[in-house]
Amino acid sequence: MRALSHKLLRDLSVLRGQVAAIAVVIAAGVMTLIIAVTSLDAIRYSQQAFYRDYHFAEVFTELKRAPEHLASRIAAIDGVDRVHTRVIAPVRLDVTGYDDPISGQLISIPDGNQPPINRLHLREGRLPASGRADAVAVSEPFAEAHGLRAGDRLQAIINGQLETLTVSGIVLSPEYVYQLGPADLIPDYERFGVLWMNRRALGRAFDMDGAFNSVTLTLQPGVEPAPVIAGLDRLLDDYGSLGAYARDEQVSHRILSQEIDQLAVMAVILPGIFLGVSAFLLSVLMGRIVRTQRQQVAVLKAFGYSNAELVRHYALLTALIVLVGLGLGVAAGAWAADWVAALYMQYFRFPDTRFEVRPQVIALGAAVSGAAAMLGTWRAVREAAVLAPAEAMRPPAPGVFRQGWLDRSGLRRWLDQPTRIIFRNLGRHRLKASLSVLGIALSVALLLVGSYQFNAIDELIDTQYRKVLKMDAIVHLNEVTSQRAAAELHHYPGVRQVEPFRTVPVRLVHGLHDYRTAIEGMARRPALRGLIDGAGGQQELPAEGLVLTDYLAEHLDARPGDLIEVEFKAGHRRTVDVPLAGVVAEPLGVGAYMARPALNRLMREGPAVSGFWLAFDRQHEQALYRELRDVPRVAGIGLIRRAETDIRGYIEDTALGMMSVMLLLAASIAFAVVYNSARIAFAERERELATLRVLGFGRGEVAWILIGELVVLTLMAIPLGWLLGTALAWILTEAIAMDMFRIPFVISRQAYAFSAAGVLAAALLSAVLIAPRLLRLDMVTALKSVE
Amino acid sequence: MERMHGDGSVVFEARGLTRVYQMGEVAIHALRGVDLDLYAGELVVMLGASGSGKSTLLNILGGLDAPTEGTVHYRGELLGAGGERGLTRFRRDHVGFVFQFYNMIPSLTALENVAVVTDIARDPMSPIEALRLVGLEDRRDHFPSQLSGGEQQRVAIARAVAKRPAVLMCDEPTGALDSKTGIRVLEVIEQVNREIGTTTVVITHNAVIAEMADRVVRLRDGRIDAIEENPERAEPASLSW
Repeated sequence: MRALSHKLLRDLSVLRGQVAAIAVVIAAGVMTLIIAVTSLDAIRYSQQAFYRDYHFAEVFTELKRAPEHLASRIAAIDGVDRVHTRVIAPVRLDVTGYDDPISGQLISIPDGNQPPINRLHLREGRLPASGRADAVAVSEPFAEAHGLRAGDRLQAIINGQLETLTVSGIVLSPEYVYQLGPADLIPDYERFGVLWMNRRALGRAFDMDGAFNSVTLTLQPGVEPAPVIAGLDRLLDDYGSLGAYARDEQVSHRILSQEIDQLAVMAVILPGIFLGVSAFLLSVLMGRIVRTQRQQVAVLKAFGYSNAELVRHYALLTALIVLVGLGLGVAAGAWAADWVAALYMQYFRFPDTRFEVRPQVIALGAAVSGAAAMLGTWRAVREAAVLAPAEAMRPPAPGVFRQGWLDRSGLRRWLDQPTRIIFRNLGRHRLKASLSVLGIALSVALLLVGSYQFNAIDELIDTQYRKVLKMDAIVHLNEVTSQRAAAELHHYPGVRQVEPFRTVPVRLVHGLHDYRTAIEGMARRPALRGLIDGAGGQQELPAEGLVLTDYLAEHLDARPGDLIEVEFKAGHRRTVDVPLAGVVAEPLGVGAYMARPALNRLMREGPAVSGFWLAFDRQHEQALYRELRDVPRVAGIGLIRRAETDIRGYIEDTALGMMSVMLLLAASIAFAVVYNSARIAFAERERELATLRVLGFGRGEVAWILIGELVVLTLMAIPLGWLLGTALAWILTEAIAMDMFRIPFVISRQAYAFSAAGVLAAALLSAVLIAPRLLRLDMVTALKSVE
Repeated sequence: MERMHGDGSVVFEARGLTRVYQMGEVAIHALRGVDLDLYAGELVVMLGASGSGKSTLLNILGGLDAPTEGTVHYRGELLGAGGERGLTRFRRDHVGFVFQFYNMIPSLTALENVAVVTDIARDPMSPIEALRLVGLEDRRDHFPSQLSGGEQQRVAIARAVAKRPAVLMCDEPTGALDSKTGIRVLEVIEQVNREIGTTTVVITHNAVIAEMADRVVRLRDGRIDAIEENPERAEPASLSW
């Protein structure tokens, strides 16, 4: 088969433009698969290894105060493996040269030792030495944000006392893979830090000598957490327990799992869309390429090559093209996956990340694109091969043509001859034209899917920060206070408006579903906090009853009017049934809301508040922070404008980082498809166009027949592409909604315009690339040769 | 008593061949009952106007097409009995084709175009030997686009004879060539027939070419009009048109 092998290589080289374009289509499909699966794998493996090697707890609980001797009774609960009791306390921190308020979490470790559960990974330095009261290990992201190294100092207000602490080491904890402050939606490494301190020192500072306020457990293999949680709650209920919970409700784990789930969905949907589209295009393109060799197939058959040999020859051609695309896709995919995983690793901190492209994933990409390409090739070769060679060597018999609508309608008078040729040709090759339109439409759809999220996310953030969170800052207090404190805040520099709120931790139960969150009590129509309906309009809180974000109501499977069981985890710790009065459409977070008087009543308390929302003049910002910092009752200050910037950054880095890659791929596919359509159309019609030149058509007219057809096909494809893209975008939106944020299903006009412009640009570029061939069209040769 | 042709043994025996094509909505009767014997080693020219059915007959004899009705026996065996696979074997082992438009594989050099056939033949000559036979060994590494029409057709002949076929089927081999080049091509065909003894069928609408044949088969409207024998084969070089 040596001569055929030469033909194979020469064909590849002659078709290199098209081969490259097809390889790009394959590579784009494979790349999406590799990126999605590999970055998912990297995060998943890193998580599993970290949890396993550092004994991540399986059950957690926080309480007011319990004596240390209870530890042995906890250990005696059936199914418990290890128990670690500890002291956790909020702290306010002060880093030299940094003006914003910083809040922190102090966590105790056994003096000078690793805790048995949630062990720390030392990045630098060591754990606080036994007996040291002023040494802390600091979480890595916080240390990085402030440039802290082992040996550096920082100031802390611990239980009202200003202390100077020395950083003994920089650490990572499986409990804080995603390091989130208690009131934050996304990490703020500058303004929230976690510090680990010797138990004796921390206990003394918070009056917890011989006592604890936090318990973590691991379970014996195969034990379900539910009965252990029940046992733990019974034991600790009298000690002010907030209720034990399993890993799935632990904040860092929950968000990490959701992110992994979201990636897992993306790992199916995005490559599904891209690989599916690329497979379809591949099959069409390979089919058309082989069809242009119809007469060569016939000649080879005449010489005695069997159908099987011909199929093998073209299969090999296809396989080589697929291989080029696959290699490109795997290499670029691995590179991009590394980049995407690194984006995630800024937010999810692991001791080390394992990064590997699984051979199965490559095999899957190879199988899908290989099968699609082979299908197209096989169909075309078969078409040529089933014909008797004598017949195949003649150009295909002219089809059965009728006068089309164009010829019958009066429209023809208004079109010049070349334009009429375009419409007639499209009308008479409807299947081919439809496939071209579908192919281009799919690229429009991909461009739309790749771009709509950019605008959708702007919409999300605008909604959250213009319509929902209208305050400038949130002040959290150490303990419940009378609302009269609001008056005091009015006197602080720059403060324009103060509104109190009450937060109570709860567990909401409805049917088989439950969710741990906090109910926020507020004025029925707060000025600084919007409650919006689906259309973005303001809602008023009902005097009684609970209002949930629609996402949470859906999670609990609850409809307005249903009774929700509310287990209060503070105060008298009652459980009461509260009717669901309504839902609000918030794109970020998962909230539960009530009118504050109603919440106060349920809590059997007076007009108590947990904190205040502030609106203030920006120029007094720093002065205000300085004053607030000196108020001992203030536990922390949340800066809403900063949060907005941060969350924008987070979403841009993660979700949009991925989408940017997808958009790039969509653009490549769009170009590859349009360019290939044009090249193949040229190959198919070279003779016809040359004939028209002979008959006296000018170069421009003949070029217009082909390019105009491309333009018409592209214009026809755009609305269809919008339709397909909208459907795909809807699927994607539904699939990746999660606790932390839900990208709204909003496709802006810009996104539609962008996708149309993208594919038109691809058409234009293709026209520019193909124009020299049209201008060079050699009348004599084209007419002489049958091929 | 029939005159002996070539070495006298019958190679092809066609009986009652008809062929109907469906072209869109029209049925075309290309052959309407043809009986014909071809003998080993002879050079036959089939003459007829466009649409007379000569190409169809050639294609059926060469195993490129199947008759709607009738039979062809090749050396006593029914052609087409082995189905598609059998026809492929028949073409691969016994038939060499030369087409009006050369049908070179454009991506292969002259030598490689010949090798396409020798790669799969049972007892081929070497590709270079075949090129030497048509006087083009020095053009071995040229691509079809670098060869003139006559040169391409000579490569096509080299390609057709390289497998040492029992029959050489030439469909309007000079149709696309000027007369001088056409004669050069005919010389090569005549030489192959003479030196290798390949049964050769040349179809043409050019009556002049008939003079170089052992026998001339005239076709009209899908039927054999007449079969004539030339007492003496003319040298191609003596022809002109």
